[in-house]
Amino acid sequence: MQTKRMTFTSRWLPYVLLAPQVIITLIFFVWPASQALWQSMLRQDPFGLRTTFVWFRNFERLFADPNYLASMKTTAIFAVGTTLLSLSLSLLFAVMVNRMIRSRDLYTTFLVWPYAVAPAVAGVLWWFIFNPSVGILPYMLEMLGYDWNHRLHAGDAMALVILAAAWKQISYNFLFFLAGLQSIPQSLIEAAAIDGAGRTKRFWTIIFPLLSPTTFFLMVVNIVYAMFDTFGVIHATTAGGPAQATNILVYKVYRDGFIGNNLGSSAAQSVILMGIVIVLTVVQFRWIERRVNY
Amino acid sequence: MARIVMEALSKVYPGGVQAVSDVSLDIADGEMIVLVGPSGCGKSTLLRMVAGLERISSGTLSIGDRVVNDLEPAQRDIAMVFQNYALYPHMTVYNNLAYGLRNQGIARPEIDRRVQEAAGMLQIADYLDRKPRALSGGQRQRVAMGRALVREPAAFLFDEPLSNLDAKLRVQMRVEIRQLQKRLGTTSLYVTHDQLEALTMADRLVVLNGGRIEQVGTPMELYHRPETVFVAGFIGSPAMNMIDMAYLRDRGAAPGTLPTGTDLLGVRPDDLRLGDGDGLVLSGTVALLEPAGAESHVYVALDGSGQVVTVRVPGLPDVTEGGVLTLSAPLSALHPFNSASGRRVQ
Amino acid sequence: MVENDRWGMLLAHLVLILGVAVVVFPVYVAIIASTHAPGTFLQGVMPLLPGSHGWENYRTIIFEGRSNAGAPPIGSMLWNSFVMAMMIAVGKIAISLLSAFAIVYFRFPGRIFFFWIIFVTLMLPVEVRIVPTYQVVANLHMLNTYAGLSIPLIASATATFLFRQFFMTVPEEMLEAARVDGAGPWKFFKDILVPLSVTNIAAMFVIMFIYGWNQYLWPLLITTDDSYYTIVMGIQRMVTGADSEPLWHLVMATVVLAALPPILVILFMQRLFVKGLTETEK
Repeated sequence: MQTKRMTFTSRWLPYVLLAPQVIITLIFFVWPASQALWQSMLRQDPFGLRTTFVWFRNFERLFADPNYLASMKTTAIFAVGTTLLSLSLSLLFAVMVNRMIRSRDLYTTFLVWPYAVAPAVAGVLWWFIFNPSVGILPYMLEMLGYDWNHRLHAGDAMALVILAAAWKQISYNFLFFLAGLQSIPQSLIEAAAIDGAGRTKRFWTIIFPLLSPTTFFLMVVNIVYAMFDTFGVIHATTAGGPAQATNILVYKVYRDGFIGNNLGSSAAQSVILMGIVIVLTVVQFRWIERRVNY
Repeated sequence: MARIVMEALSKVYPGGVQAVSDVSLDIADGEMIVLVGPSGCGKSTLLRMVAGLERISSGTLSIGDRVVNDLEPAQRDIAMVFQNYALYPHMTVYNNLAYGLRNQGIARPEIDRRVQEAAGMLQIADYLDRKPRALSGGQRQRVAMGRALVREPAAFLFDEPLSNLDAKLRVQMRVEIRQLQKRLGTTSLYVTHDQLEALTMADRLVVLNGGRIEQVGTPMELYHRPETVFVAGFIGSPAMNMIDMAYLRDRGAAPGTLPTGTDLLGVRPDDLRLGDGDGLVLSGTVALLEPAGAESHVYVALDGSGQVVTVRVPGLPDVTEGGVLTLSAPLSALHPFNSASGRRVQ
Repeated sequence: MVENDRWGMLLAHLVLILGVAVVVFPVYVAIIASTHAPGTFLQGVMPLLPGSHGWENYRTIIFEGRSNAGAPPIGSMLWNSFVMAMMIAVGKIAISLLSAFAIVYFRFPGRIFFFWIIFVTLMLPVEVRIVPTYQVVANLHMLNTYAGLSIPLIASATATFLFRQFFMTVPEEMLEAARVDGAGPWKFFKDILVPLSVTNIAAMFVIMFIYGWNQYLWPLLITTDDSYYTIVMGIQRMVTGADSEPLWHLVMATVVLAALPPILVILFMQRLFVKGLTETEK
């Protein structure tokens, strides 16, 4: 890894400079993570009196547990739904805004601020709009003949949390798509126009392929977001219900660990989640490296 | 004011790359020394070793009468002008000049006196409150100079200071720097890859190649009597023509009285004349005629080998491209070299 | 633009206006809801025009709360959120500047090792290691403290990376000129590097302030004393704390107050924020 051509020489100063961050990292990141690893191989009896070392049995149990498998499936649907919805809307907005000249900043301002809204707040907002008794949208849906009730219908609940999670993420994706679009040289698009490609054709044959690094990057970021940062969306609204229909993995870790008090299982779930994060991070880094190299 | 003495300076990078090998040089007080060579020849590394920005692997460096090998740059009593100026972008011109003095703990009135004096000398007094980004390239260059001046150092170090300027400004600044240096009489070490800049500015020139000194001398010495094939090719523009003796012998055109061991003959484009004569005589066809105003360059492809030699003639000569031509140069204008040693044959 | 088609532009504007409407809609609804009397919500669907109880609702929620309905006054929650967000933003920036400086401007044994230790934090969001992190904080007696709210979230690989990337783009000559000018490491850091990073620091501040303000799970876990509640988690207590239907007018007033500060920060520092966001990931 690079440093500057010339560096300062000091035997102790760099360690002092690093100390605050490294100490905090060790205490609050590395140590808990290793604890999770250790606890994931322990099992406590129901009274918390005896702890036994059980190797990988917690993991084996998890993968045999239909609840856990269901939660995995729920997470996958949630993550894919959120990512697709948010990416397609923000790409549409970015392409349109990129065509504007004078109104570009105005639209950007209006599209950017949901980034600042906490996931939990986003959840509550949409929960309110869709509230079966006072919400506006169920009222409108009823006129269309659909009986919306996310307290009872699993599909409605999932749709609600996906909407809330995707809504909040639009700003982020929009900004990256817009930056990506602006880095495509105008001359390429002009060349394609001279070659006789119409607007739609230009988008799918020139712009979209050139945007693919951004799209791929955002896909990874959005999946990570949907899997880990949306705890608030779920917790503040559906609380995993109805009947586990929105019980995503991060929420389950919390519930099993804090409410169910099943430390071994919760730790094993943490370890699996860390595994997923690490894989996603590596994928993302490979991408960054590739982009640096071309 | 100081004499700078380098004794067998070497720089080896971790990993074994030898950037500078065994350089010894004695720079007199007040002298302007220009280090010149192609990129990667070690000239910048050598300058940075003098500045203290690069550790000296072996050898001794003294500035004034002090050995400074292990001193910090700030303690060496030198000032440096960087290639990209390295002005602090967030500080005003005044603070850029004053920063180093403040770090030395110099009293405020004295700092102010020096900054004002340098600013006056460099005609940047009107810009003292501006930030570097509000200045033109030439003005930034002056500020960079000013930062060196205010320190009143024993030596100035210049690292290709003019390479970021356009051609016209470069000539103007070249003159100004040289005048200023002569007026202040400060020992200076100046790095450039531009041989014209080197010839015009130097009291003495040091040509470096592959980390070693090829030749040290006044501009005229280097131009008229290059000691190596490398120097012969590097100094002078258009470059010196190099003609293989084997080619001349094959064609029976080898000039008679050359030192033994000569197998390569150098002749400057200025010394070649159109037409027959004594000494070296060559023939060929005109490949290209390049008029350049007061002079013209004629590129001639030699018969038999096709090697292209360059001839510089005043005005516009009466030749046509594709036409056959005879060239000649007097014996006294020939530079005999040995290709194996790469050196001049005595 | 390559060609000038009127209809295409019209369509684009239409799509965007619709998009903006969808994006703004939830917050609009929240603002409207926060201006109505409690009775409004008992009569079925909520109105789409502002009511006349806005002032009253906000005063109630900020200063009095409705403790019987699980809604403590939120004035102190806003303050707690602000303290937490500031401590996290300032703390992250400070320690990240220092560690990035060490990594870029020094060569020392263990450099790569420490870089990786910091890098690891990027991979471990607090959500995936909830229980053990909670245990550590509990053992350090940091539950129900500002320190417990902020310090564990201060270590940030993101900010360290951003500053590292930025420092790498600072010209080499800047350090060399400073060395010739007699600046040591600390002087260089303070006089040159930090002033040069001002834009990046500001951008990072926006992102980290929002990050800190929006923390949800962490304050939920480590605060049991309601004088340390933050506003974002407080909403959830209001929604689920009541036995009956939530007091929507007060909940929505809280939602508006919870969302407002970070939104204002973004709007006022939009340019910096956009730059900071898109450059972190480069």
